[in-house]
Amino acid sequence: MHARVTEVMVGFFVVCGILAGLALAVSVSGIAGGSKETYKVYAYFSNIGGLTEKAEVTMAGVQIGKVTNISLDPKRLVAKVEMSIFADVDFLSIDSSVQILTSGLLGGKYIGLASGAEDEMLKEGSVIVDSQSAFVLEELIGKFLFNKVGE
Amino acid sequence: MFNSVVESLAGVGRFSIDKLAGFGKASIVLFHALVVWPQFRTNTRLVINQLYSLGVKSLLIVAVSGLFIGMVLGLQGYTILVDFGSEQSVGQMVALSLVRELAPVVTALLFAGRAGSALTAEIGLMKATEQLASLEMIGVDPLRRIVAPRLWGGFICMPILSMIFAIVGVYGGALVSVEWLGVYSGSFWSVMQSAVDFYDDVLNGIIKAIVFGFVITWIAVYQGMESVPTSEGIAQATTRTVVYSSLMILALDFVLTALMFGGF
Repeated sequence: MHARVTEVMVGFFVVCGILAGLALAVSVSGIAGGSKETYKVYAYFSNIGGLTEKAEVTMAGVQIGKVTNISLDPKRLVAKVEMSIFADVDFLSIDSSVQILTSGLLGGKYIGLASGAEDEMLKEGSVIVDSQSAFVLEELIGKFLFNKVGE
Repeated sequence: MFNSVVESLAGVGRFSIDKLAGFGKASIVLFHALVVWPQFRTNTRLVINQLYSLGVKSLLIVAVSGLFIGMVLGLQGYTILVDFGSEQSVGQMVALSLVRELAPVVTALLFAGRAGSALTAEIGLMKATEQLASLEMIGVDPLRRIVAPRLWGGFICMPILSMIFAIVGVYGGALVSVEWLGVYSGSFWSVMQSAVDFYDDVLNGIIKAIVFGFVITWIAVYQGMESVPTSEGIAQATTRTVVYSSLMILALDFVLTALMFGGF
């Protein structure tokens, strides 16, 4: 009987360990991305300036998806960002605009999405045309200095 | 004058030879216990018993410490980050510090105090009451019967305990910062997920835990085997186990961190 209790407790311990490992993989490092159903939309940016994969996609500050892939488009030479939007957010019109924003002063980059006015909605594989690149401090300072010299 | 120089030189020599001999003996114990491993059926039972006394009984203290450390990290991180308006990053801070450092190190320190000392005392008492000698007399190898299951139990327990510590801590941090302090949960988790990499962070943390488990059980078992068979000797051996394991954990943690994250 005692041996039985030991076995059950050890089984419980090992199962706890496996569950902890899975939770670390899924919810902490986001390796599987969770089970929520999503659809993919794409956008092109001339500069992503520090945006990373798994960064959040928000609308009015509320998370509606996340960035799942970032690659360089070999023909247009701009960054192609793949976003997975939660399937229950199916009311984004096709002329929505996206913008790369920074959370707080030191926080990470995220994508802000603003819906447009068209009746046609974004669906799997749609491309968002209206995109605004990341705010890069060096470029801004460069422009400012250039204007100063011009004066 | 000359004699005292020779005497101190001899002292250094004796000390080095003692330490080297001790390390050699400890390696022989380890080698015999691990390499000679043919009796799977009986030994599986013994390992399960060790998993119970080393792992299951440490579960509560590890989970409770993990919860409180995660909650403190959440609270401290929030109060600092809110000054810069980047309190969303608190998830990243909590998760990275737990997964990379605190989970393996604190779990190992707790494990050394909770399980390592018990291992040394148990084996030391077995030696003092001549149970180890009796086992040898009836033809059972004490290294195989007593030491090997404890070593395996320690290796298997530590990574499991460390993972449990990490995940409980992350949820403790989430509880404080999301539920109580009002950090937006979407940013909390997505900033964390974009910062934590499974291979670079989580797996390296688990590797650290395995190394620590190996070192702690090795030290504990060897100190038990080599203890002076008196009540005082066992007390000293137990103290040495905790002191040596803690020092080794902290020193090895620096070396492993430098190798894994230091960019060498």
